[in-house]
Amino acid sequence: MSETLERRLATHPRYAALQAEVAEFLFHEVELIDDRRYDEWLALLAEDLVYFMPQRMNVKFGEHAARENTRAGTGISWFEEDKWTLGKRVAQIQTGVHYAEEPLSRVCHMLSNVRITAAVPSLDDPAEVTVSSRFLVYQNRVEYENYTFIGKRHDVLRRHGDSWLVARREILLDQTVLLAKNLSIFF
Amino acid sequence: MSSSAFRPADYIDNERGLISREIFVNPELHRQELDKLFTRAWLFVGHESQVPLAGDFFQSRMGDESVILCRDKAMQLHVFLNSCRHRGMKVCRYDSGNTSLFTCPYHSWAYGLDGKLLGVPQFRELYQHTLDKDANSLITVGRMHNYKGAVFATWDPGAPDFETWLGGAKEHLDLVLDCRDGRPGGSEVIGVHKWIFPSNWKFAAENFLGDTYHNISHRSVDLIGIGPSARAGVTGRRDNEMDKAKHIWAGFPAGHGVHSAILPEDNEYIPSFMNDPEVEEYFRHCFYERKRRMGEKSRLIPFTGNLFPNISFHGRQPRNLCNWHPHSPTETEGWRFFLVDADAPAVVKDFLRRYYMRYSGPAGMTEQDDMENWLYATAASRGAIARRHPFNYQQSLGKWDVTAEGGHNSWQVSEQNPRNYYRVWAEFLNGSPWDVLVGGDPSYRQQAAQ
Ligand code: FES
Ligand SMILES: [Fe+2]
Repeated sequence: MSETLERRLATHPRYAALQAEVAEFLFHEVELIDDRRYDEWLALLAEDLVYFMPQRMNVKFGEHAARENTRAGTGISWFEEDKWTLGKRVAQIQTGVHYAEEPLSRVCHMLSNVRITAAVPSLDDPAEVTVSSRFLVYQNRVEYENYTFIGKRHDVLRRHGDSWLVARREILLDQTVLLAKNLSIFF
Repeated sequence: MSSSAFRPADYIDNERGLISREIFVNPELHRQELDKLFTRAWLFVGHESQVPLAGDFFQSRMGDESVILCRDKAMQLHVFLNSCRHRGMKVCRYDSGNTSLFTCPYHSWAYGLDGKLLGVPQFRELYQHTLDKDANSLITVGRMHNYKGAVFATWDPGAPDFETWLGGAKEHLDLVLDCRDGRPGGSEVIGVHKWIFPSNWKFAAENFLGDTYHNISHRSVDLIGIGPSARAGVTGRRDNEMDKAKHIWAGFPAGHGVHSAILPEDNEYIPSFMNDPEVEEYFRHCFYERKRRMGEKSRLIPFTGNLFPNISFHGRQPRNLCNWHPHSPTETEGWRFFLVDADAPAVVKDFLRRYYMRYSGPAGMTEQDDMENWLYATAASRGAIARRHPFNYQQSLGKWDVTAEGGHNSWQVSEQNPRNYYRVWAEFLNGSPWDVLVGGDPSYRQQAAQ
């Protein structure tokens, strides 16, 4: 969506209320993760969810749009998962013998810069909204292990009764070589 | 400890199956590894499918140093140290791409795709009669070899041929690089994971040498089922292709070690990849095609392996080659190159890449638990008291057959592969000649010396 369209969206009379509603939903969602209420978190994910974290690359100026990130649907990324796989990840933690998360890490998600960049069919009665945000996720593991994951998220949320479901999540971690031994947490 | 005082026996006691923790934490031993081992051993650099066109390059690593793998206009592959001859600046800072020149950002010396120094600003005024351009080409590897698309290199021009170094591990590496239907070669890399983990690099290498004993650490994925037939109700993290097979842990004179499996004589296809009937049909076809093509030899199927020193592989489910690049005694950069048959149908490639992503690497449900173990094993081996007590490598001590090549075969879960690996490791740090480094028996040594 172009900058002008985004601005037009932001000045729409309905924008502020919808932005607040969507932000509240996202804050609630990460709270479930940080509180380790994984089953409740899974319930917020659409059945046809795409959960995607590309790898990032150093490329020549001018090639960023084409080559900076790995793409969904082809090749290898950090994550390209569906709800089934995320359910498996939750089930794995719940076995109590997934040693990369046993004992559990302490995880704290901070979300900011929440903006609606598209609404379908309209802001007045949206069935789906595209939301961009920034994340800072802190992970503390066992005693001395600390990781900070910072980046951008692009979510597509689908209207579900008086709440939302996550239909698509793209997680752009701002690192090329992953500066962590594992990605054992949810974003 | 000075290098002249290095005595392998102080660290490696294979008679008693004891190996010092020092080799996993000691900065001086690490420095010696960089100096004496990574400067000589054959290392894996990348795959030709990553640089298919003239001018394509892929920035890689050998040991703790950056190198460039590139293809010149004549389609020849080259591997250079990624460091300008003038003041050492990295001449390539893109992970991959296409170029006609590597131009140094610092003072703009420019190198061709064959590494030759071509351009020097103000050459005539400043360097005429002093600078020999040919002598200031990018530093090139001593030897390079493209084996079925996988590119290997060593800094030592006196190193033996790649295949001599590989020895009997060749037929196992073939199982990784050949097409699933038995045609030689034909694989392509579909992506590379790169990540840092706080552990000694040898923990990772050793894991792939055939540490089947650590299977239990993956109980969580085995319980929930993430394999290629998981949606069809098969538990575990892979299919049960090896259920009726005889397992073999084979070690080779140059320090390589594999865990492979030999299917029974009257073997039939075991249903696998059942999450998708189309993919299942493809692998069923490949199985019988391979059997037809290779006959008796098709009974050998791969599991894991490690080529000395830091090249690991998973041969089948999932399928990849790994590099364990040392950063410090207690920090490693892992690179994992994921492989598929280049001409596999799109639906098969898509199935495989999804399976690879949920299985492998830092985001993979299986290997996260490996990283956790390597980290805390390294950390808990640092202490003064801990270092007084060697690691125990007594598993299946003495229970192996010697092979004609001078290697060994074990028929039960065994730590003979790591014992053999650390024997070669000590020879490298000893500065031993190549015939010792690759040779168990004399005829084999002769071959290496030619
Ligand atoms: S360091 Fe490369 S030109 Fe000076
Ligand atoms: Fe493992």
